[in-house]
Amino acid sequence: MDRRKFLRSLALTGAATVGGTVAVKEDGSLGIMTQSVNAQSSRVTGNYDLVAVLGGEPEVMFRRAIAEMGGMRKFIKKGDKVVVKPNIGWDKSPELAANTNPKLVAEVIKQCFRAGAKEVTVFDHTCDDWRKCYTNSGIEAAAKAAGAKVVPAHRESYYKRVSLPKGKRLKTTKIHEAILNCDKWINIPILKNHGGAQMTISMKNYMGIVWNRGYFHANNLQQCIADVCTYAKRPVLNIVDAYRLMKTRGPRGKSAADVVLSKALFMSQDIVAVDTAAVRFFSQVRNMPLEKVSHISKAQDHKLGNMNLRKLKVKRVKI
Amino acid sequence: MLKKIRVGVSLAIFVLITFYFLDFAELLPLKFSFLAKIQFLPALLSLNVVILASLVVLTLLFGRVYCSSICPMGVYQDVVAWLSKKVPKKLRKKRKRYTYSSAKTILRWVVLGATLVAFLFGFTFLVGLLDPYGAYGRIVTHFFRPAYLAGNNVLQAVFTSFDNYTFYKVGIYGLGVFSFVVALITLLVIGFLAWKNGRTYCNTICPVGTTLGFLSKFSLFKIQFEENNCNSCGLCTMNCKASCINSDKMEIDYSRCVNCFNCIDVCNRSAMKYAPVSFKKKNIKEVAPKREFDESKRRFLSATVVTTVAATGIIAQKTTGIGLKKEVKRQQAIAPPGALSVDNLQNKCVSCHLCVSKCPSHVIKPAFLEYGLAGMMQPKLYFDHGFCNYDCTICGDVCPSGALVPLSKKEKHTTQMGQVHFVLENCIVYYDETSCGACSEHCPTQAVSMVPYKGSLTIPRIKPEICVGCGGCEYVCPAIPYKAIYVEGVSVHNKLEFEHEEQEEVVIEDFGF
Repeated sequence: MDRRKFLRSLALTGAATVGGTVAVKEDGSLGIMTQSVNAQSSRVTGNYDLVAVLGGEPEVMFRRAIAEMGGMRKFIKKGDKVVVKPNIGWDKSPELAANTNPKLVAEVIKQCFRAGAKEVTVFDHTCDDWRKCYTNSGIEAAAKAAGAKVVPAHRESYYKRVSLPKGKRLKTTKIHEAILNCDKWINIPILKNHGGAQMTISMKNYMGIVWNRGYFHANNLQQCIADVCTYAKRPVLNIVDAYRLMKTRGPRGKSAADVVLSKALFMSQDIVAVDTAAVRFFSQVRNMPLEKVSHISKAQDHKLGNMNLRKLKVKRVKI
Repeated sequence: MLKKIRVGVSLAIFVLITFYFLDFAELLPLKFSFLAKIQFLPALLSLNVVILASLVVLTLLFGRVYCSSICPMGVYQDVVAWLSKKVPKKLRKKRKRYTYSSAKTILRWVVLGATLVAFLFGFTFLVGLLDPYGAYGRIVTHFFRPAYLAGNNVLQAVFTSFDNYTFYKVGIYGLGVFSFVVALITLLVIGFLAWKNGRTYCNTICPVGTTLGFLSKFSLFKIQFEENNCNSCGLCTMNCKASCINSDKMEIDYSRCVNCFNCIDVCNRSAMKYAPVSFKKKNIKEVAPKREFDESKRRFLSATVVTTVAATGIIAQKTTGIGLKKEVKRQQAIAPPGALSVDNLQNKCVSCHLCVSKCPSHVIKPAFLEYGLAGMMQPKLYFDHGFCNYDCTICGDVCPSGALVPLSKKEKHTTQMGQVHFVLENCIVYYDETSCGACSEHCPTQAVSMVPYKGSLTIPRIKPEICVGCGGCEYVCPAIPYKAIYVEGVSVHNKLEFEHEEQEEVVIEDFGF
């Protein structure tokens, strides 16, 4: 209740601030305001294309980011059936940064319910044994505690075929019924290096909603990743968990030596932009030219988003 | 009273051990694997002195209680025999009653001798085939378990259609024709014998029955006739499922009596009692049969086996007509983690298939001839439905016979059961020139890593010396029709050394964009 009140007051203050700002400054200095790194000055606007937060705990960064985006109610409506799709691919503990941070997943679920979601479903098509992944990632327990339904995705019968008319190599694929049946879905990948696709972020996280991943690998992986993102029901939000990132030997990683405690979070409706931002953030730890992560430019070719961050309204917050 | 206790204890152990095999959802904790570990032959093979001594002492005190209550095959026969009496009278040709039969002493000792000799000569297959626990384990694994899983899947379908996810769907996979047929024949033959004559298997074939039967001749507590009360009515004989009571002569063949107490229960004249034998009549000798191992013979035989394996395994990699892709065929079967070596597995495994049932990743199945004739039905790894989970140690934890020893997580991580092989011609990056990396993605040790190839492409590079042999790469490799990467077993598992890696401090102060 406290949090809800807090958020509501935050939203109100935000609205007031925006109103005030616009009324007083009509000379375009708003752009500078929004680009401001200073967290204190502009609280909530809700008009950003991308929000980046640095330096907090997973749930704290998320709360801040979603407030900057205009609040969860902007994305989730009362009565919505929501799917939250983290990366739960590996039988690894949260410290090893192979899976999305469970605290973040729980916070997203809670906020979906506060925004009026009727139900929230969580799943992933895992790589390791799914029972072990769901348990040892900490996500099943965290999601259930937050009130979500955690459903299996380890059998083909949970998937239904959909066509992807815009796909170049991937014309059709089987997608998990939870996604097919939901009103909204939220994509929460973790930021990792990837041996095949170079990076695994929001777009690569789609490979956890499809059944036949082998087809992707056998038929131009980068193109198939871009193609699957053309599926008509897009995530209402992409939230990149970069609280810990996997800098080397991803996506599985071998030890804690692959992990960097990077304490960041990126959020956008534009999947191309958010992945671009995340790669550039990653590049500070280990050089990763955007051209190498070619599924991102291929998705831009599909008109799924914009790689040119300068053209976007970006909010950067340091906590 | 005694009978009721016997039935209660037997059913409890029987139900629990059966359910332990079926229980894919791990409702019963790992501890319940002790039910397998208290079985006679597994305890003998794993040289578990405590359990072995307990079973011998138990037998010397109370007779063949093991056969009556602990051995699940024994209880299976009792269940069948009980059912045979439940057939409605109209359908029955005659009333079901047992008769006394003379002991098949020669047959019993010949079978026991043959089993012993086969074992000493490294042909463990026979031991596994006849061991009642192992045979029962196979019946559960190959018949009851698929039925249980199918039942779960029906419930899952119903519940899920109501949006309830209490049940989840599980895979039901074929585990090879040979073991299936052996389990089927065992089920039918022993079931038929039990239907007709009760404990025939235990008292003619079973090597454990023969051994414990010999011991129980000297046991302290025995079922005895109260000669003054007995009028030789024969009720006891008619109800003796071991056919070991000669009521005319008031004699009981203690080598066959499994102390089921049916005779005491049925006797109207209190003419039978279960009591210590008087010492005056008989001296109690504590004689435990010792099994001696001839190491050189064993080595000779295992060498023969290895040669056989090699001989049967020599199937050259042949180049096929499909482009330049190469067919790959595993030459050396992969023994599950904890096996230590193919030899150790082969010497100790009774093929109960508990590891097969318990493996959550569906990577263990019975071998056919991959280990040679002696190793038929013993577990091997295969990667059709999954790969060996890096952190999972359950097969070694549950194995009752020491064929798979328990490994800690750390020991498992440094145990090499196979080595990765890469076939460039089959690799998608090579022939399609597109990104893939699925193999490296699944590799827990970086024995497969992606290194720069053409342009921004990366291609697998293997380091077999740090491969654990989990098969993640082989399972996930999308190359068709032949995998570009696969695991070859090693006959003796190796110990791997990894350098300790430290997490380096990286401070990120900016967004980078």
